[in-house]
Amino acid sequence: MATVQFKKIVKRFGDNLVLNGVDVEIQDHEFVVIVGPSGCGKTTLLRMLAGLEEISDGEIFIDKLLVNELHPSKREIAMVFQDYALYPHMTVEENMNFALRLRKLPRAEIASRVAEASNILQLNKFLKRMPKQLSGGQRQRVAIGRAIVRKPKVFLFDEPLSNLDAKLREEMRVEIAKLYQRLNATILYVTHDQVEAMTLAGRIVIMNHGIVQQVGSPIEVYRKPVNLFVAGFIGSPTMNFVPGRLTVKDGTAIFSSEHLSLPVPAFVLPQKEALEGREVVLGIRPDDVLVERPGGEKCSGRIDGVLEVCELLGHRENLYLKVGGQRLLATVEAFFNRSPGSAVGLCFNYRNMHVFDKATERRISE
Amino acid sequence: MKTKMTAAAKRRLVKSVLLHAGLLLFAAGCVYPLLRILSVSLRPGDKLVSTDLSLIPAGATLLSYSKLLGDTMFLRWLWNSLLITLATSFIGVSLASTAAYAFSRFRFPGKKAGMILLLSSQMIPAGMLILPLFLMIMKLKLMNTYLGMIIAYSVSSLPFSIWILKGYYDTIPRSLEEAALVDGTSQVGAFWRIILPLSTPALSIAFLFNFTTAWNEYLVARVVLFSSKQYTWTLGLFELQGQYITQWGMFAAGSMLVTIPVLCVFLYSSKWLISGLTLGSVKG
Repeated sequence: MATVQFKKIVKRFGDNLVLNGVDVEIQDHEFVVIVGPSGCGKTTLLRMLAGLEEISDGEIFIDKLLVNELHPSKREIAMVFQDYALYPHMTVEENMNFALRLRKLPRAEIASRVAEASNILQLNKFLKRMPKQLSGGQRQRVAIGRAIVRKPKVFLFDEPLSNLDAKLREEMRVEIAKLYQRLNATILYVTHDQVEAMTLAGRIVIMNHGIVQQVGSPIEVYRKPVNLFVAGFIGSPTMNFVPGRLTVKDGTAIFSSEHLSLPVPAFVLPQKEALEGREVVLGIRPDDVLVERPGGEKCSGRIDGVLEVCELLGHRENLYLKVGGQRLLATVEAFFNRSPGSAVGLCFNYRNMHVFDKATERRISE
Repeated sequence: MKTKMTAAAKRRLVKSVLLHAGLLLFAAGCVYPLLRILSVSLRPGDKLVSTDLSLIPAGATLLSYSKLLGDTMFLRWLWNSLLITLATSFIGVSLASTAAYAFSRFRFPGKKAGMILLLSSQMIPAGMLILPLFLMIMKLKLMNTYLGMIIAYSVSSLPFSIWILKGYYDTIPRSLEEAALVDGTSQVGAFWRIILPLSTPALSIAFLFNFTTAWNEYLVARVVLFSSKQYTWTLGLFELQGQYITQWGMFAAGSMLVTIPVLCVFLYSSKWLISGLTLGSVKG
């Protein structure tokens, strides 16, 4: 296994700047997920590591070896493609041992590696079949098997689950997690699905517009998003944002918008810099909007709202609320049992409240 | 309800009968000349026109066949044709397959112009190309040679083959080659091991096209070849046509014999003409 290092990676397609100075380091045995909306450059970054895309500027190291000019086959990486890319004219077995045959490994070794991989992935029954005779999930497993047999330094996954239906996607997600536990490999995984990122990653790299926004463990990026983009991208349902202005009264910061006003305690927003008059955006996740519940000391006071729509999800319920003209989403335990239009009292859980500067979009709360 | 059903069934029946009648008419139109040639080739004497309408004429004989094979250089002409045609087809298809790959996968200046140029060369009638071809082959000192013919033929069928193959390569997902590159092949290796095996339907079409055009070609051969030893069968058959007398029996016998290789090639390659081989490689 190996480490991977991206140093100031730049990618241009003509005048179009796709990646703008990406710096990421991936440790040995680490499962790193690169996540971001479509067009953020995440797949391009992966393809550059694989050697399928030229590097406009910057350096990529695998195990301290500069690989910028190295042919894909010499990089000792294996890649699982979004569309699986199985060779249609070869059987499952031939697909899996193609790379080994190219390397002219002894036959016994090839057979044992394929057997091992097909055992792990439960592909034994399908070895003689052609790809077109397999279901989507089975094809995906063959694609993963083709990567495993190579025993590469780094595994690259390019949105491997995006072509599967929701149920199968969940199953394969667990399979990949188990596979990681078993192989303990260095894995770089690209996805636009933040649920995959949260559940699989040891560390998440969040990208937008070709720039790395934040790198951290799933819980770090969830609890302490560094900017508005990360706060909005990670977490489902999406965080509530309330734009407003700060004032300081008797040493306490007060947030006020057109529709609501609440004090922001010092443990949320230490008054290190001038807060008076600052335009900010308050961020609060739907789970931290408490509805008709006593807040306790680390919560805001009661805010009056009106229930607009309820969405029952089974164990949870999404409540679409309106406070003045401000829409808020709250997620509560199931069976809230109030009809739309009724008045409700809510409060914000200060412990998980975020404050962002409106101009820079950066986090200013603790 | 029942009468309605029968009405629908009746309509279907009438439609089917009309359709098949039409098809049979066309099939008869296609097969009739062939049958006439067969009948002429079996007729004793060199009678082209006859009041006899039977397929196997009275006193049918294979004399025309044996005379054609024994008294003329027909076998030699067939051999010349076969040699030139096979060489043309293989050279044409291999050149086209690599050129089409470049047009399909690489970005280079003049790519679009090149494709349009290839297409526009197909718009010029073949007859107009005779003179330039003649001049070129003469300057290359390849008159009356196999090589001259092979060059002339394979070059003239290249544009069509390139278009066919490029169109097919475009439908093969790039990720297959990328997977092969990551797996350890070179670009050439990916082409050889992945793209070519997947393109057999298009390659066979290109091959068949090359084969049939070269096999049946007359004009270029007339210009390039002048000694009867070097003749292809198309020129050879016309040797049988004299100023005062034409040996129609041998002419027809030759026409029957030359269809055999084309028929064989078609029958053999039909199994490669199955498209949809790429199904299942990637999520569709």
